[in-house]
Amino acid sequence: MSATDTFTLTPGRHTDPYRVGHDHDAGRNLARGHGEGGPASKRVIVGYGFWIFLLSDIVMFSAFFAAHAVLQTATADGPHGRELFNPTSIAIQTAVLLLSSFTCGMSAVATEARSQLWTQLSLLITGILGLVFLLLEGRDFATMVSAGAPPQRSAFLSSFFAVVGCHGLHVTAGLLWLGTMMAQVFVKGFRLNILRRLICFNLFWHTLDIIWVALFTIVYLIGLGR
Amino acid sequence: MLGKLTWQAIPWDQPIPLIAGSAVVLMVFAVVAWIIIAGHLPYLWREWITSVDHKRIGVMYVLLALVMLLRGFVDAIMMRSQQALAFHAPGYLPPEHYDQIFSAHGTIMIFFAAMPLMIGLMNFAVPLQLGVRDVAFPTLNATSFWLTATGALLVNISLVVGEFARTGWLVYPPLSELNYSPGVGVDYYVWALLISGIGTLMTGINFVTTILKIRAPGMSYMRMTMFCWTALAANLLIVAAFPILTATLAMLTLDRYAGFHFFTNEAGGNMMMFINLIWAWGHPEVYILVLPAFGIFSEVISTFSGKPLFGYRSMVAATLFICLVSFMVWLHHFFTMGAGADVNAFFGISTSIIAVGTGVKVYNWMFTMYGGRIRFATPMLWSVGFMVTFVIGGMTGVLLAVPPADFQLHNSLFLVAHFHNVIIGGVIFAGFAGLTYWFPKAFGFRLHEGWGKAAFWLSLIGFYVTFVPLYVAGLLGMTRRLQHYEVAAWRPWVLIAGLGIVVMICAAACQVAQLAVSIRRRDQLRDETGDPWDGRSLEWATASPPPAFNFAVLPQVYGEEPYWGIKRRAIETQQLSAEPQYEPIELPRNSPTGFITAFFCTITGFALIWHIWWMMALGLVAAYAVFVWFAWRDVEEYVVPAEEVARLDRERRRAREEWLAQHARVGATAAGATA
Repeated sequence: MSATDTFTLTPGRHTDPYRVGHDHDAGRNLARGHGEGGPASKRVIVGYGFWIFLLSDIVMFSAFFAAHAVLQTATADGPHGRELFNPTSIAIQTAVLLLSSFTCGMSAVATEARSQLWTQLSLLITGILGLVFLLLEGRDFATMVSAGAPPQRSAFLSSFFAVVGCHGLHVTAGLLWLGTMMAQVFVKGFRLNILRRLICFNLFWHTLDIIWVALFTIVYLIGLGR
Repeated sequence: MLGKLTWQAIPWDQPIPLIAGSAVVLMVFAVVAWIIIAGHLPYLWREWITSVDHKRIGVMYVLLALVMLLRGFVDAIMMRSQQALAFHAPGYLPPEHYDQIFSAHGTIMIFFAAMPLMIGLMNFAVPLQLGVRDVAFPTLNATSFWLTATGALLVNISLVVGEFARTGWLVYPPLSELNYSPGVGVDYYVWALLISGIGTLMTGINFVTTILKIRAPGMSYMRMTMFCWTALAANLLIVAAFPILTATLAMLTLDRYAGFHFFTNEAGGNMMMFINLIWAWGHPEVYILVLPAFGIFSEVISTFSGKPLFGYRSMVAATLFICLVSFMVWLHHFFTMGAGADVNAFFGISTSIIAVGTGVKVYNWMFTMYGGRIRFATPMLWSVGFMVTFVIGGMTGVLLAVPPADFQLHNSLFLVAHFHNVIIGGVIFAGFAGLTYWFPKAFGFRLHEGWGKAAFWLSLIGFYVTFVPLYVAGLLGMTRRLQHYEVAAWRPWVLIAGLGIVVMICAAACQVAQLAVSIRRRDQLRDETGDPWDGRSLEWATASPPPAFNFAVLPQVYGEEPYWGIKRRAIETQQLSAEPQYEPIELPRNSPTGFITAFFCTITGFALIWHIWWMMALGLVAAYAVFVWFAWRDVEEYVVPAEEVARLDRERRRAREEWLAQHARVGATAAGATA
């Protein structure tokens, strides 16, 4: 049996709705009920576990967000957000990151079609966009530091650099993972475990987008409005 | 080259840590040398260090917990003896050393004794009770364990190299900031906890996934054992709470290493935010510890009363209720912050309400025992001791939940007595109950009952003699963490507490004796049938110790207490169920990934503590290399052939058939007697 056979997201495999969740063979079914059918398939287990990890990651971010919310006005007579934030740069960063999520989604489509070329290409574009995002963010950080607003200046800036930097660190880790995944896809092809890892990577990358949306709103929009 | 690390880091002028430290180092070297010379290293490496089997990992967790429990206990002995001596006197521990001891005691007991004890028992029992072969991510599980061991190792290195935090076990700022704690003590604390915290978080993810997605056919939610339910709740709390700890400690680390101002006195830092964040993790943490403990007691009480757990559904509801409300009470740890009457009232009331859930549980345990045929084996003794002790501790907790009373009692020995009352009476008693209960399953022989009972009674008496006087001293106004004192009224109570710790030492000696005697007499204590306690859940359906694959065929579950059902059927029909069709079983291959990752994390952590930046980079790169190397492997599983499965299972069936024949004879005699 080839990898393509045992792994598919194509709907319509189980046309009989009464069989969904009650399938004992080979662990192919994606929707299981409440455990009556025995252990779930490996794909479900891995995806589910990764979702739980992402939730915990979001909880960690929420602690940083809470800290930022508390310290947003603690500028210690230093610069405010509206004097420091560069709306154009932030808009470009947002566009770049959202676009990278789109290309990441395209890589999932290409993987579904088992196209080595398009998978690699979409992943590469995703990585380049992620790199561009990081460079833009780094440039903003450098501008702020040189304008006398390093994280050591005030509690507000500490929390700003921490929460935005934490997201940036996640993007960096994501890029490292992405590079590793590209190498793996290239060397090992679309093996089952590689496919599972690609799913996890996709989930991770989209989560970084969700967090960016929150950053954009809470840190930048509210910060500019203060 | 070596950052802040110099020869001055070793406390040459302080005899106590130096001698204690060198003794430990010598002991470790002696053990390692013995292992290598006796040729046990290949076995240890193959069967334990690289093992990804949840049972082995569970055993290693418990072993780590017991060693650390001993270390934390030595700290406790030093504190109690210091206070016994330090009336109008300096005692034998200088303040800066005493401060490290109470900080290390709390840190070690919570993070490296209580947590690994509960996680170890979960690791061992949960997959067995669910009727499956392993947890969701076996290699990750091993990594979790070794990262926890890394944290424990770093804390213990601080004994000889440098110092530990002098700030109390939750490193409150601004004391823990660089201005007031310039040494490496707080750095040891944060890196030990950040690294082991990642391990704990991964355990949480692993077990939530396991319990929700990997269960035997037919094992629906309402058929799971209570221990699985409480393990699920505890791991949900880990997933939701430990990231907060990671974030909070990361902020403190940024303050200390990069001059940030999260919690500093100046530049707008807010130290009360640390207290809020740390307790937003800290209170759920209390329930992460005690919920699995409740689960263990539920198993033990039901088994040794020979009855199903009373009010199973209400127990599930109470568990999830506690799981939820535990996130709404954190402010009761600092009523004196000055949040105002309304906020304090809310948290006072929510704290009192959470006791309702626990009350439901206590009544359920009592009604489980009511009308049961109770056997007072050691695990049951711990459970009954728990019920009494925990209710007392819970009631002093409700007392502290009343803000005006808390204003009087906070930071006093009354508080110290309260939380020891619930943590020793709850978690540690549960640890020993679970240990004695599952020991035969893990090793194939029971623990010696006589020594176990002696250990229980001495622990119970020792506990009350130690901590009831501390309640009184607290009511008399004695604050916690005193290196010396001048108030004569406290003196007798402190002395009685010191006497209590002597009783506790005897209890600990009995525990060690129990283990030694049991190992020596293991042939008399052998458990042949796999079911030494007349159990009710699936872990007793397999052999003791279970084969690597746990179950030859995944059991089909038809109702609650599946193994009880299987046994009843076997006795009624006078035969075991028909021999199943044996099939080859795929199992995850052993992997040194966890051990090697933890090794490099230890190096990275040590480098970060001492600001040795090149070493940190090296550790990180190596850890990433291990990750890639692991991701690159081609064969993830090995196959146990069907003949081997059949051979092992037939052995088990033979033992069960003997049991059945014996049971039939006993039944016949009993029937004859009544006739």
